[in-house]
Amino acid sequence: MGGAAVESAAGDAKETQAVQAATSEKARGEKPKKRRRLKVAHPERCIGCLGCMFACSRINTGTASLQDSAIKIQTRGGIEGDFVVVVCRGCENPPCVRACPSGALERKEDGRVVFHKELCTGCGKCEEACLIGAISLGKDGKAIKCKHCGACVAFCPHDVLELEEVPA
Amino acid sequence: MLRKVLYIDLSRGESWSIERQDLFDEWLGGTGVGIRLLMEECPEGADPLSPAAPIILSIGPLNGLFPVATKAVATFKSPLTSELGESYAGGRLHLAMRFAGHEAIVIRGRAQGPSYISISGGKVLIKDATSIWGVDAQTAGMILREHEPGMGRRSIIRIGPAGEALVRFAGVVVDTYRHFGRLGLGATFGSKNLKAVVVSGTERAEVPDARRYREVYNRLYAKTVQTDAMEKYHDIGTSVNINVLNWLKGLPTKNFQLTSFSEAEKISGEVFADKYLFRRLSCAGCPIGCVHIAALKTAFSPHHEFEVRKVSYDFEPIYSLGSNLGVSSAEGVLQLIDVCERMGLDVISAGVVLSWATEAYERDMITPQETLGVPLQWNNVQGYISALEKIVKAPNEFYAALARGAEFASARYGGQDFAMTLGGNEVAGYHTGPASMLGQLVGVRHSHLDNAGYSIDQKAAKKQLSPEEMVDEIIKEDNSRGVFNSLVGCLFARGVYTEENIIDALGAVGIAKTGEDLHLLGKKIFDEKYKFKTREGFDLSRARLPGRFFKTVSTLGKVTPETMEEMLRIYRKKRGWS
Repeated sequence: MGGAAVESAAGDAKETQAVQAATSEKARGEKPKKRRRLKVAHPERCIGCLGCMFACSRINTGTASLQDSAIKIQTRGGIEGDFVVVVCRGCENPPCVRACPSGALERKEDGRVVFHKELCTGCGKCEEACLIGAISLGKDGKAIKCKHCGACVAFCPHDVLELEEVPA
Repeated sequence: MLRKVLYIDLSRGESWSIERQDLFDEWLGGTGVGIRLLMEECPEGADPLSPAAPIILSIGPLNGLFPVATKAVATFKSPLTSELGESYAGGRLHLAMRFAGHEAIVIRGRAQGPSYISISGGKVLIKDATSIWGVDAQTAGMILREHEPGMGRRSIIRIGPAGEALVRFAGVVVDTYRHFGRLGLGATFGSKNLKAVVVSGTERAEVPDARRYREVYNRLYAKTVQTDAMEKYHDIGTSVNINVLNWLKGLPTKNFQLTSFSEAEKISGEVFADKYLFRRLSCAGCPIGCVHIAALKTAFSPHHEFEVRKVSYDFEPIYSLGSNLGVSSAEGVLQLIDVCERMGLDVISAGVVLSWATEAYERDMITPQETLGVPLQWNNVQGYISALEKIVKAPNEFYAALARGAEFASARYGGQDFAMTLGGNEVAGYHTGPASMLGQLVGVRHSHLDNAGYSIDQKAAKKQLSPEEMVDEIIKEDNSRGVFNSLVGCLFARGVYTEENIIDALGAVGIAKTGEDLHLLGKKIFDEKYKFKTREGFDLSRARLPGRFFKTVSTLGKVTPETMEEMLRIYRKKRGWS
């Protein structure tokens, strides 16, 4: 079975913190050369277990929820059809950022998009701007934005997802 | 966690929700809560197809929260056996119920005309289903998908024409490829004019301590994917057992006349995997992906024109519609499974009813006039397809009798010795020895999954077990599965959910239980089910064991009536029954 390294899930959570730390005041000034981006490498291998969605909500919000997951598994034509993995692809020039009127979505110099939840008004402009539907409003009415932390990658049993490094 | 029961009355067109913390505290969830609600709701002696007989759907405290806790349970009065009806389905229903905020749903009454229930969180609507009444189960699902909310997180459960026609072994199709298959829930739906139930919601499941939850989750997940606890379900799947049981002389063949099939190699799990398997699917919340889907490609003209059907297969349907009917091609088995899917028939019962009919036809107990010219012969797939369609349409008394199951049909036409039912339920694909027979006879729902007697026999084939040791194992499984089925976990993951792990997982969602608590609960759930069974007329001392079981050699050799009598006596004594 595919590389579901559970220990690395905890590691990834730590790495998430590391990524967050990198965006903090302290790290500003240094220019990271690369950023990490989630890649839907093999969507055709998906078995529809929704493990990625549960990992996202469990690790990022501490609950079990499908609504609060930043990655979504959908079916086209029901379970007899194909699974579709809907998740942020980390655009170079992100339309969600351009559409956000409140500054809640901010593009960093290295290309990462950081979400400032406290600034989000829940207007839904980002949702309209993203053609692939990768950003949506959660149960609390605020945007749910993929952080490219890789929590989902560790819980995909079929290697559908990968975390890649892209030049800043 | 919300501990609510949603009540829906189809006769009055009303629904309401009641907080029942006490119920969940006492009975945990799943099958515990299910049997308790059935006792509350179902009047003694109610006709299972009358408005008085309820349908109860329930989930447990681990659903949506832990890996492989992926089942929902339906509890009802069985139209097939007229006593306890209990059936489990995977797919997404467990999740949809969790996020809709209903741990249990009670459906009462009878709608005036064809209807379906749409549950979206707290919103419950009873809608007109006239335009999809008569539509096959697969198409009905596709149509409802277009009309109902909750894409990606909903569950659609529905019946096919068999349920509408009240075939006593009609099932309910759950989210494509999963089913409430056994004991006739589909007929109960049909009797209520209920075509489908669609469930979705956006609640989240909170836990008291997120850190502890993640810690226990990671441990159980690691055990699921990194050990061999579930490997056999992942690779070839349950159908790997076709070859295994064939070698062990435990694979029922041609209505249990034989226990090895000369053509088994042609319908083995390996053949299905190598030649027909094209994808595997998971129930939501399970990383294993045991749902094996075959592509059945059939030419419909000589000009390279094909139709392709996607059919899910497992061990049991390959036994019931394969070796048990002498069908020696994978295509033939897949065609028969596909007909059952569309009609909404339970595959095990369908196969065993047909195998009884084939033998009765061979012995001239049934005439071609009665079969309306359909040749019921081993390996005659077209004949079997035609017979299945006629069981649903019931054009004469014979097919109407078949639609009531093998027990009823054999009482009417003879051949009870080879009507392979236990407790009125058509048996699963094992003739491994006495534990399998006893297990299905005494089991609460007369299923091989009540206590896995087949597995105890296989253990006994390696290391001798006394009748008493076998009975002890059966009782242990009877009781412990009552707890596991209250969580509600998939039985394939029973190796992952040791007692310690169950206690830890429950602790992580805020339910404190000791091992002793769980033992007592398991026994109490079993007793409550037997209370219902005996109240509705089940009498173990009068239960019928088909003579065929004693004539055909099993994995453990020929089973004698004396062995069974002894084991039954030990079982009764250990249960404290006179």
